[in-house]
Amino acid sequence: MTEEIIIAGFGGQGVLSMGKILAYSGIMQDEEVSWMPSYGPEMRGGTANVTVILSDERISSPYLKMYDTAIILNQQSMDKFEETVKPGGTLLYDPNGISQHPTRTDIKIYQIEGAKLAAEMGNKKIFNMVVLGAFLKIKPIVKLENVIEGLKKSLSERYHYLIPLNKEAIIEGMGNVSPYTIEEQALPN
Amino acid sequence: MNVSEIIKPENQVFCKTKLMTDATLSYCPGCGHGTAHNLTMEVIDEMGIVADTIGVAPVGCSVLAYDFMNIDMTQAAHGRAPAVATAISRLWPNKYVFTYQGDGDLAAIGTAETIHACNRGENIVVIFVNNGIYGMTGGQMAPTTLSGMPTSTSPYGRDVKTMGSPIKMTELVANLPGVYFATRHAVHTHKHARKAKKAIQKAFENTRLKKGVSFVEIVSNCNSGWKMTPLESNQWMVDNMFPYYPLGDIKVDGVLK
Amino acid sequence: MSELKLMKGNEALAEAAIRAGVDAYFGYPITPQSEVIEHLMAERPEERTGMIVLQAESEIAAINMVYGAASTGKKVMTSSSSPGISLKLEGISYLAGAELPAVIVNVVRGGPGLGTIQPSQADYFQSVKGGGHGDYKLYVLAPASVQEMSDFVEDAFDIAFKYRAPVLILSDGLIGQMMEKVYLKDQQERISDEEVIKKYGGWAVTGKTDRKRNIITSLDLQSEKMEARVHRLLKKYAQMEKEDLRFEKISCDDAEYLFVAYGSSARIAQKAVELARKKGIKAGLLRPITLFPFPKQQLFELADQVKGILSVELNAGQMVEDVRLSVEHKVAVEHFGRTGGIIHTPEEVLEALEEKIIHNERIGDYKTRESSIL
Repeated sequence: MTEEIIIAGFGGQGVLSMGKILAYSGIMQDEEVSWMPSYGPEMRGGTANVTVILSDERISSPYLKMYDTAIILNQQSMDKFEETVKPGGTLLYDPNGISQHPTRTDIKIYQIEGAKLAAEMGNKKIFNMVVLGAFLKIKPIVKLENVIEGLKKSLSERYHYLIPLNKEAIIEGMGNVSPYTIEEQALPN
Repeated sequence: MNVSEIIKPENQVFCKTKLMTDATLSYCPGCGHGTAHNLTMEVIDEMGIVADTIGVAPVGCSVLAYDFMNIDMTQAAHGRAPAVATAISRLWPNKYVFTYQGDGDLAAIGTAETIHACNRGENIVVIFVNNGIYGMTGGQMAPTTLSGMPTSTSPYGRDVKTMGSPIKMTELVANLPGVYFATRHAVHTHKHARKAKKAIQKAFENTRLKKGVSFVEIVSNCNSGWKMTPLESNQWMVDNMFPYYPLGDIKVDGVLK
Repeated sequence: MSELKLMKGNEALAEAAIRAGVDAYFGYPITPQSEVIEHLMAERPEERTGMIVLQAESEIAAINMVYGAASTGKKVMTSSSSPGISLKLEGISYLAGAELPAVIVNVVRGGPGLGTIQPSQADYFQSVKGGGHGDYKLYVLAPASVQEMSDFVEDAFDIAFKYRAPVLILSDGLIGQMMEKVYLKDQQERISDEEVIKKYGGWAVTGKTDRKRNIITSLDLQSEKMEARVHRLLKKYAQMEKEDLRFEKISCDDAEYLFVAYGSSARIAQKAVELARKKGIKAGLLRPITLFPFPKQQLFELADQVKGILSVELNAGQMVEDVRLSVEHKVAVEHFGRTGGIIHTPEEVLEALEEKIIHNERIGDYKTRESSIL
C-alpha cells in the first residue's frame, strides 16, 4: 500500500499538523512515512501545504506532481491542486469559502463541513481533526487507535488533555463526510 | 678565574625569557612587539601557568608569534582571534586563553569579533598592540592611524573627513559590561614596560578568577612603517600617539575610571 | 538503534549531534536550517551532555569558533545555508590548511546572491571544487533522507578525525525541512579533556606540558614547506578516494539508461525509475553518497552497459561535468535540473530522460548545442 496525499489550505488551519498526525499514525502501524511542507514566508496567513506519504515500502520521492488524495481547505488550493489528483483518485474538501467547486469527473470527490462542525462543537481549532476523520472514513489507511497514539506522540504532554476532544472531532468527521457529484453544482442555489 | 667559575646563578644579571624560543625575532629592530612578547611570556612563566595557557596568534606582523612564544598556540584568520579564543575558553574553562592582535586585525577586519567577544564577557585576555599602521603589508593606513598621518594608502595624510577618525578601541570596549579590565600601556622604556607587565599579569589573574575580558592595549611604534629611526619613532609616539591614546587604566575591576 | 521518532531533517541532525557526543556547535540563524540551532538550544545540551552551543555574531565568527575548538582536539560543528556558507569559506579553507577535524553542514537554498529560501543543489561546485581559496578538498557527504541526516553526523566526525580534515554534509532545504521516520542512536558520552589530551596531544593545543609545544597554523612562508603541506593534503584525498567512497546503486543491474543524482534529487530520480519501469523503460539510478570522493570508476563501468546517462540536479548543471569526466565520452551524458528553488517532479525527470536521452537525435553533441537547461 502506498498513499500519496497533499493537504492544502491557509496557514493557521492546521494543515501541517494534520499531516504530522497522519504521519505519526502511520509510524504507529509500522509504515514508512514522509512529510514535506511548503515552507517559508507563506507560513502565516498565506497558503500552506504538505505532502504526506504512507507506504509499506521505502518511499522514493517525498515531492510529487500527482497525488492519490488531495485534501483541500481553501479556494487557492482548489485552483492549484484539483488537477494534481491522479485519475481515479480522491479529492476531499471543505465547501466553506469555496466559490469554484471541483469539476473533474474522473476522480472521486467528497465534502466535509469541517469548519462548521468544529464551530458547532465549540472549538474551531479541532477543524483539522474533523477533516482528518472525514479522510479516514473514505480511506481507512490508519486505524483510529493509531491516530490516537500518533496524537500522543506529536502533542507535548501538557496538551494530552485535548486528546479526547480530538478523538471526538475525528469521529464527528467520519460521520459527516458526503460524496459530492458534479450534478449538484449545476443546480441553482 | 675561569669561565665555569663565572657562569653561576648568583652572577647572572640577565637571561633570555624562558618561554621565548631561540628563533630570531622577525620584527624590525626597534619594534615594540619583541618587548610585548617578552612581557607576556614572563608573566605566563612567573605565574607557572604554561601548561594551561593557549595563545591565539593574529594575522599581521605578529602572525608568527607562535614561532617566538614557546607555548601552545593556534593561528587565527585575520581578525578572528576573539572568536577562536571564545571557543577555546568555552570548551576549556580552566585554561588561560589569550589573543595577541594588532590594530588592523582587532580594530578593522575583526571589529565584530572583538566587540562581541567583549560583550559576551568571554574569559580571555586580549593583548592589543596599536602602532597605528599596517606593518606586515608595508605601511598602509590602519583604523588607528592618526589624523594627518601619512601612510602608503593615505599618502597625503589621513583625512578624517573621508577616512574617518582614528578609533579608540579600548575606550569603546571598556563600555561593555563583559569587559572587566581595560588599560593602555607602552613598552618603549623600562618604566613603561614594567607597568605594562603588571597590567598583563593582572589580566591573567582576572582569567584565573573568571572575571571576563581583560583588554590590554599597548601603544607601540612602527619605525619601518613610519619611516623613522627607532629612536625618532619612539619620540614621535610620545609626542603624537600618547596625546590621542592616553596611557593608563580605563576600566579596573569592572569599574570605569 | 534505540529510539524511533518523526523528525525534520534539520532536527534529526541536531539531535544526532547531541547523541554523538559532539562537544560544541557554533552557528548563526539562516533559513532553511535554523531548526538545527533551535533544536539544540531547546534541548539544553549543556545539561544533557555538557555540549556547548553558542549563537555567534556571524557565520564568520561561527566558523572561526569551530577553528578554535578544533584546534584543541574537540568534536565541533557548525551549520548554515548557502549565503552563510559563502561567508564561512575563508574559515573552511583555514581548517583544511591547518588540518583540523570539523563538520560543516550546508542546507542548500537557491542562489546566487540572497537567492531564495527554497531547496537547491546549486552549491555542488562550491562544495566539491574547493570553494574557498587554495588547493584543498572537502570530504562531502550528501544525505538523501532524514535518517541519513542523523547517521551522517557520526560518520562525518569519524572521517574528520581519521584524516584531520574538515568534512561537509551537503543537504538541502527539502531534506532539512521534511519529516520522516528516524531511528536515533543511543547517547554516547563525550570524551573527557584527559582523553582528548591523550588521544590528540600530538597536535592539539591544550597547553604545553613537558612535551614539545603544539602549533596550529596554515601558514608556511617557505614555499617548499607549503608545497609539502599541499602534498600531505593530496595524500589524504587520495586515501579518501581509495577507502571512503560511498554510493548506492538502485535498479542498475539490467539498466539501459542511468540517472545520476544525489540528495533530494536522488529521491525524485528514484521515483522516476519506478515510473520508467512501469512504462517498460529500463532505467537505473546511481546515487553518489559522497560527492568527493566521487564514484568515478562505477560510472566508467556503467558507461559500458547503458545507452545514455542523465544527471539530475537541482541546479543549472554542475555534477554533470564530473559525470562526463568519469565516463570519458564512452556514452552520452546530459543534464536535467530545475533552478531557483523549484523542485523537479518525478514525471519531469522521466520526460527529460525520454527527450534528452532516449529520443534525442543530437545526443552527445555538446559543442554546437545551446546550454542544456534552456
